[in-house]
Amino acid sequence: MKEEIKNYLRLDERFPHILCPGCGIGTIANILIRTFNELNLDKNNICLVSGIGCSSRIPGYIDCDTFHTLHGRAIPCAIGVKLARPYLKVIIIGGDGDILAIGLSHFIHAARRNIDLTVIIVNNYNYGMTGGQVSPTTPKGKFTYTTPYGNLEEEFNIYEISKSAGAIFFARSTTYHVTHLKKVLKKALTKKGFSVVEILSQCPTLYGRLNRLGDAVKMLEEFKNRTIDISLIKEPGEIPSDKIIIGILLDREREEYCEKYERLRKAINEKRD
Amino acid sequence: MKKFLKEEPQIYFSNDNKKIIKVIKYFCKGCGICIHFCPKKVLDWDKDFKVFAKNPNDCIACYLCELMCPDFAIFVEKEK
Ligand SMILES: Cc1ncc(C[n+]2csc(CCOP(=O)(O)OP(=O)(O)O)c2C)c(N)n1
Ligand code: SF4
Ligand code: SF4
Ligand code: SF4
Repeated sequence: MKEEIKNYLRLDERFPHILCPGCGIGTIANILIRTFNELNLDKNNICLVSGIGCSSRIPGYIDCDTFHTLHGRAIPCAIGVKLARPYLKVIIIGGDGDILAIGLSHFIHAARRNIDLTVIIVNNYNYGMTGGQVSPTTPKGKFTYTTPYGNLEEEFNIYEISKSAGAIFFARSTTYHVTHLKKVLKKALTKKGFSVVEILSQCPTLYGRLNRLGDAVKMLEEFKNRTIDISLIKEPGEIPSDKIIIGILLDREREEYCEKYERLRKAINEKRD
Repeated sequence: MKKFLKEEPQIYFSNDNKKIIKVIKYFCKGCGICIHFCPKKVLDWDKDFKVFAKNPNDCIACYLCELMCPDFAIFVEKEK
């Protein structure tokens, strides 16, 4: 194993990991530590925060400061870490159920406050850890164990939520587009403010099996064929409706919360003295 | 100490010794992602349904297998 990879892994305790064969979450962990390495982030200055779920297991394998919290509560815990230690790079990683179902209001309010956090949402279209139930991102008509006749609900558009709630950065990528994923993660980690990266990931064991999508390789082929990069789109009207847009969809600037807080703290202290 | 720390990775050299493919068999879950997406069809399943390098001479060191592997089981090195 390469030294720069070894450096970021808890190899002597936990490997091989518990994720199913071919699960995309492993690929995401792999690309995440390569991003850390390429950005030269010191592992003592990174804090990875997660809730509960298959995707939330990633911090358990990465050797940096990690915080495995309650289901859906990764963002409030991360806000606490960030406010107490503003110099840390705080990254939240979680599933679609964790961040967008039980934790949705935390997500919206953190975006509204524009706190310097990076949220990585692993969108595998269902609840993996608990056995394949419907999630807010399960597409309409798709099968899960709680929608055996097809999902009746419309799915969330994470981009629209992030944008209207006030996030400053949103990018979408997949576990097939690994170099693209590394690029957008790098961009998200260097932004100052609330940045969101949605990663489409395969869950071959549950979602893939229930929807007859085949094994991990077939699901990755589908990501390859069904996605289109935003930089290739010249006119907004020409996107076919069955295509998923990947790439950086939102990139803007807004004042960050921790900086405002620090300024206020200093001003009050000066007045007191 | 855990088993894999004692176990050496399987190492495959190209004929000119410039490309080295290392497979940690204990980590590999045989999902086939690297086998399918390798542009040069270098890799294949062995008798344990884990990965081995069938024709390491064809490897172009694109690192795709290494980047896509979910289990940190395959690494490619290129000598300059
Ligand atoms: C408060 C609370 N409610 C419910 C659960 C059960 N639970 C554990 S993981 C999970 C869903 C995980 O799904 P997701 O966040 O999409 O992650 P994935 O496993 O798909 O990566 C649920 C409902 C829990 N642990 N705690
Ligand atoms: S249940 Fe799905 S998401 Fe969870 S480890 Fe298995 S393949 Fe991955
Ligand atoms: S991608 Fe990794 S785990 Fe899957 S078959 Fe290849 S080496 Fe094994
Ligand atoms: S580096 Fe590229 S060519 Fe070489 S084995 Fe891996 S995927 Fe195949």
